[in-house]
Amino acid sequence: MTDIGRSGAMGRPVEADKPPGLLYNIFVRNITAKIAASPMVAIVLIVFIGCTLWSVWFSFTDSRSLPNGDFVGWAQYERLFSARRWKISATNLLTYGIFSLVFTMVVGFLLAVLMDQKLRFEDGFRTIFLYPFALSGIVTGLVWQWIMNPTLGLQSTIRGLGWTSFTFDWITNTDMVLYALLIAGTWHGTGFVMVLMLAGLRSIDGEIWKAARVDGIPAWRTYLQIVLPMMRGVIVTTLVIVGSGIVRTYDLVVALTNGGPGLSSEVPAKYVINYMFTAGNLGQALAASTIMLVAVFVILIPWIMIEFGPKKAR
Amino acid sequence: MTNITAVDEPSGPRPSKGFNPKRIVIYGIIIVAAMYYLLPLYVMITTSLKGLPEIRVGNIFAPPLEIITIEPWVKAWTSACTGLTCEGLAPGFWNSVKITVPSTIISVLVAAVSGYALVNWRFKGSEFFFTCLLLGSFIPYQVMLYPMVMITAQLKIFGTLWAVILVHTVFGMPILVLLFRNYFASLPQELFKAARVDGAGFWRIFIQIMVPMSLPIFAVAIILQVTGIWNDFLFGVVFAGTQNYPMTVQLNNIVNSTQGVREYNVNMAATILTAAVPLLVYFVSGKWFVRGIAAGAVKG
Repeated sequence: MTDIGRSGAMGRPVEADKPPGLLYNIFVRNITAKIAASPMVAIVLIVFIGCTLWSVWFSFTDSRSLPNGDFVGWAQYERLFSARRWKISATNLLTYGIFSLVFTMVVGFLLAVLMDQKLRFEDGFRTIFLYPFALSGIVTGLVWQWIMNPTLGLQSTIRGLGWTSFTFDWITNTDMVLYALLIAGTWHGTGFVMVLMLAGLRSIDGEIWKAARVDGIPAWRTYLQIVLPMMRGVIVTTLVIVGSGIVRTYDLVVALTNGGPGLSSEVPAKYVINYMFTAGNLGQALAASTIMLVAVFVILIPWIMIEFGPKKAR
Repeated sequence: MTNITAVDEPSGPRPSKGFNPKRIVIYGIIIVAAMYYLLPLYVMITTSLKGLPEIRVGNIFAPPLEIITIEPWVKAWTSACTGLTCEGLAPGFWNSVKITVPSTIISVLVAAVSGYALVNWRFKGSEFFFTCLLLGSFIPYQVMLYPMVMITAQLKIFGTLWAVILVHTVFGMPILVLLFRNYFASLPQELFKAARVDGAGFWRIFIQIMVPMSLPIFAVAIILQVTGIWNDFLFGVVFAGTQNYPMTVQLNNIVNSTQGVREYNVNMAATILTAAVPLLVYFVSGKWFVRGIAAGAVKG
């Protein structure tokens, strides 16, 4: 507490006698801090803004294996939406996405409620439910590919026990393969939802539970009508994270089915990679990736409204 | 509204020491659920210890009844074929190490400094950049992939480990900066102000005050990055080049290569070996891992 009189307010440079002009403020003031933050600024400007704009721009060109500048308007998008493979990919993602979102959210929430009953070994159970989330999509896909293998996996085991007509061939069945994907995806993702939901449940004031109990409201109704609405913030955040993760679904599919049988489990992320690096049709790939971008931002809207809206929730 | 509740008020004893039917149902459900989650791990381990003839009999859930063999593990590590070469997973493991270690160190350091600058040294537009970074974390990687290929090609590092390291550093930024920013913002500002008053500069405050106080968040960030980078498939396959494929890519090539007899025991041994590092990190770190994902999800 020695020389307080000399050193001015926070963040003002030591040699405070210089006139604080605009250029000075932008470039010189706290110069070390600006240099230190420059990697972050560069990443935002070059990658997150620059690369995204570049991709959107070149989705309007007829770039083949290398980018070029021949502008073709909406042609790539017209082609995209008439391509059978894209239609399958997009419908697959929609079906899988809705099921997966509902499933992981509901199961994750139910698990969190169960975990919230003052269990013994809570840490142990949480460890078990969450460990799949530490594994890669590749590992998840390969394990479930093996378990759901019709000739040697679950199906043949149950048949070996005497139920000879038992069938569980989803992974090789064109109509059911998405549900095979769902089993693996749910296994991988529910632990994450559970942890967030549990944190949400624990953040609710115990007084509310007491009040509900005094009023004789059964526990399930308290959860449904009082606790769930109070957890709106956590739920929206979780929905957004899980939702944008689903749009990116890639390695799980590569490992589990590689898009097969046929095209029946193709997803947009695979479509992009395929046209970008294998089929050599960059314009098409970029058009598809732009549509993915739009999809993610549609999912983001509820979160943006809460986060940057007029009043912050909670 | 008084007479109804008064009757059943004492019937709910708080400390549930004994086992009532309701608790048994709860434990029953949660144990069944736990078994579903453990099943794949169990199947991976038992399959990897069986011989191929035993696997062909077809009970995937039976424990290895005949001689337990570690041969599949040896083969997975040293000589399993990826479609191109037959060197097993060992090269992939070392590639993953060579990718994960520098990527983690660089990304955590850059993010820590950025988070610190964002909280304590706000500059014009710092909040704007942070918001962009946050929104950027939702952009599908496929959107930025090709321009990143061009950038790494321009830097003459495409197809090398450095390209993967750069890409991991870049795409790890949003979550890590968020983590550090929120943590630094929760520290008492008086400490920073006092150090400023005493004439300490940007780096000195960071190294002597901020870092020692934020070791927990460094641990969380490292856990997050090590598991995330180790598990990556997309960036490895696109940027690393055939020689430098990380373990996940080689694992997928081993298991899904179509040639020859499918050796399920070797495949499962290879799968466990690939999962070993994140699993180890997860089991050792326990609550820190939970904190990491929760911190990432709860925005400040």
